[in-house]
Amino acid sequence: MDLQQDYFSLFGLPQGFDIDKDRLEQAYRDCQAQVHPDRHAHRSDAEKRVSMQWATHVNEAYRTLRKPLLRARYMLSLRGVDAGIETNTAMAPAFLIEQMEWREGVEEAREGGDVSDLEHMRQRLDLHERELHQNLSGQLAEDVTDGELAADTVRRLMFIEKLQVEIDDALEALED
Amino acid sequence: MALLQLQEPGETTAPHEHRLAVGIDLGTTNSLVASVRNGISVCLNDAEGRSMLPSVVHYPRAGATLVGRGAQAFQVDDPRNTLVSVKRFMGRGVKDVTHIESMPYDFVDTEGMLRFRTAAGVKTPVEVSAEILKHLRERAEASLGGPLVGAVITVPAYFDDAQRQATKDAARLAGLNVLRLLNEPTAAAVAYGLENASEGVYAIYDLGGGTFDISILKLSRGVFEVMSTNGDASLGGDDFDHRVFCWILDQSGVAPVSDSDARRLQAMARRAKERLSTEEEAQVRVSLSTGDEVDLTLTRETFVDITRTLVNKTLAPVRKALRDADLSVDEIKGVVMVGGATRMLHLQQAVGEFFGQSPLTNLDPDKVVALGAAMQANVLAGNRTADDDWLLLDVIPLSLGIETMGGLVEKIVPRNSTIPIAKAQEFTTFKDGQTAMAIHVVQGERELVSGCRSLARFELRGIPPMTAGAARIRVSYQVDADGLLAVTAREMSSGVEAQVVVKPSYGLADDEIADMLKAGFENAGEDAKARAVRELQVEGERLLEAVQQALLADGVLLDAQERAGIDAAMAALRKAVTATDAKALRKALDGLSRQTDAFAARRMDKSIRTALAGHKINELKV
Repeated sequence: MDLQQDYFSLFGLPQGFDIDKDRLEQAYRDCQAQVHPDRHAHRSDAEKRVSMQWATHVNEAYRTLRKPLLRARYMLSLRGVDAGIETNTAMAPAFLIEQMEWREGVEEAREGGDVSDLEHMRQRLDLHERELHQNLSGQLAEDVTDGELAADTVRRLMFIEKLQVEIDDALEALED
Repeated sequence: MALLQLQEPGETTAPHEHRLAVGIDLGTTNSLVASVRNGISVCLNDAEGRSMLPSVVHYPRAGATLVGRGAQAFQVDDPRNTLVSVKRFMGRGVKDVTHIESMPYDFVDTEGMLRFRTAAGVKTPVEVSAEILKHLRERAEASLGGPLVGAVITVPAYFDDAQRQATKDAARLAGLNVLRLLNEPTAAAVAYGLENASEGVYAIYDLGGGTFDISILKLSRGVFEVMSTNGDASLGGDDFDHRVFCWILDQSGVAPVSDSDARRLQAMARRAKERLSTEEEAQVRVSLSTGDEVDLTLTRETFVDITRTLVNKTLAPVRKALRDADLSVDEIKGVVMVGGATRMLHLQQAVGEFFGQSPLTNLDPDKVVALGAAMQANVLAGNRTADDDWLLLDVIPLSLGIETMGGLVEKIVPRNSTIPIAKAQEFTTFKDGQTAMAIHVVQGERELVSGCRSLARFELRGIPPMTAGAARIRVSYQVDADGLLAVTAREMSSGVEAQVVVKPSYGLADDEIADMLKAGFENAGEDAKARAVRELQVEGERLLEAVQQALLADGVLLDAQERAGIDAAMAALRKAVTATDAKALRKALDGLSRQTDAFAARRMDKSIRTALAGHKINELKV
């Protein structure tokens, strides 16, 4: 048991894209209940330091496994694939054109102050995101040795996330 | 879960070993201190039976500094030397403060944190706050009958790093061992949640004298998990007073007024505001030093009218917090109101309308933060019992970033990340033989550096000289459980630890604090050196006790040789604490710390294994 151990083993979970969220949350809380600095505030400086390191590690592990995109990227990194690099060049031209259209749509709605249009786009993106998550569960299965398909899905999800952030920012700006 | 929690030997302390710890709510207008006595959290009162200490400090031309009501008496006659609402200035520069023109102080416009010129010399907001904290520490020590092991100091959840650091520095100056900086809404949630055994998602709406916080918390099986937080670090009850003050000036046509008349009118404005929480109208009647008479009637309707924008200003952060938590209004089970300003009826009404439910006001909004902080202090000091099995998981309120080319911000830690959290980045040198580099850390959500708060410039020195681009400098940013940032750097190819020199933008440098501490001791007629030795002795005794308990609990994790090493280091420290040689003390302290490093890591491993084993047992039970 050490800080090098993978996040799934840390929480006692089987490695896989589909994750039991309740079990993850419970394991996270059980771990923090032991390592959190509040549990060691009256102890020696050495123990406080170790406690902070561990609590930081457990937080990072939880954050990574909880979010589907981070989880997928992490699973790929365990297989030695970095999905984040050369994002643009690796994508199919049709996908990139589609992305540009999305971006223009968001830009237009923002300038026009069209809240319902933005919200509609957000819903469509969310739906698309869920579809891609479903794909990932097969693409990241244990017996699939080639990470390329999953890496492509991950890159698509990264584009979608960026758009979602843009829409949220636009909605927030319109609210203020 | 609670049933399966194994109590480690040495974890519980017998009643006679109860360690004295307090929670302090260092407020903009009032401050309180509370402690857990006989298992119940109570506010500690002054000799007259009052729990609230007005956060006012008076520096007289001669004699001792006055704090609280004694200082308040000078508010009108000597406004320049009587500092109120100093919390607004913590970690802030002159340019950051709104309404500065109507403040009666003699500001020293220096770079960084602002300062006041007073009859007792130039003072920083940190020193002024330290006077308030010292006063409360002395009250607590008298009331509890002994020196304190430590204190939990509350801060607005929306305080940035500079404001937090300033608060911690103030506590240090006041001679307090800070067990934790705790966010005010989280402290309130602890008091509320434990009292009502609540489960579910709650919103804590905290409008104090000068700050506004909204925190969304999930309460579940003893875990208080902050999902998001937002707010406005310069919006509070004071602003409502100011609106009334402006209304008085406008209606009576007496402006401009002298500093002392302004203080008089501000006091009247506050009183009128408070009266309107129970009555339909309030009289404002006052004679000014110019002979002018002010005689006005403020109706609740007018008050609602002139403060509507302020009420609405609190709702924007509420919306943002909900969005960050990915929740809708109907998913909130209850809204807890905290802070004296939430007594305003139209505010309660607006919050009620927003959430579609009546806000919870059954706890005293002035005391709930201090009471919650005391509960946490009790646990952190090591007085935990089986009933106190709760855990707080808090977040960082504002994103941390660094300045990149063109004045842009690269985010390192996003807001609402659960703390503690760490991030690392790798840099390289761009010149041959380069041995230093600088990193500018900012906090805020904007894309441009100019739109964020500058926290500090970290200078990395001692990078081994190499050709350009050959050095790999790994910079680590660690945010601890107090929400405070520390930066470390290491050159990866040589393993050399770079020296990090911090230049805080709005904080005090370490040597400034050291000077203030020294001056404080000398003022109190103490020898700074003797004091330093005493502190080391206390630290040594604390460490010895902690290691002793660890050995009792987990001594089996050590082999004979390791055990002998620790025993020898303990013996050395035990000897050192009986003498007064500061150097020898420091050496013995470091020696024992070093000897126990590996032991500490191993104990933590064991804890986690126990946690996961307990988890598996839980599953079997279901």
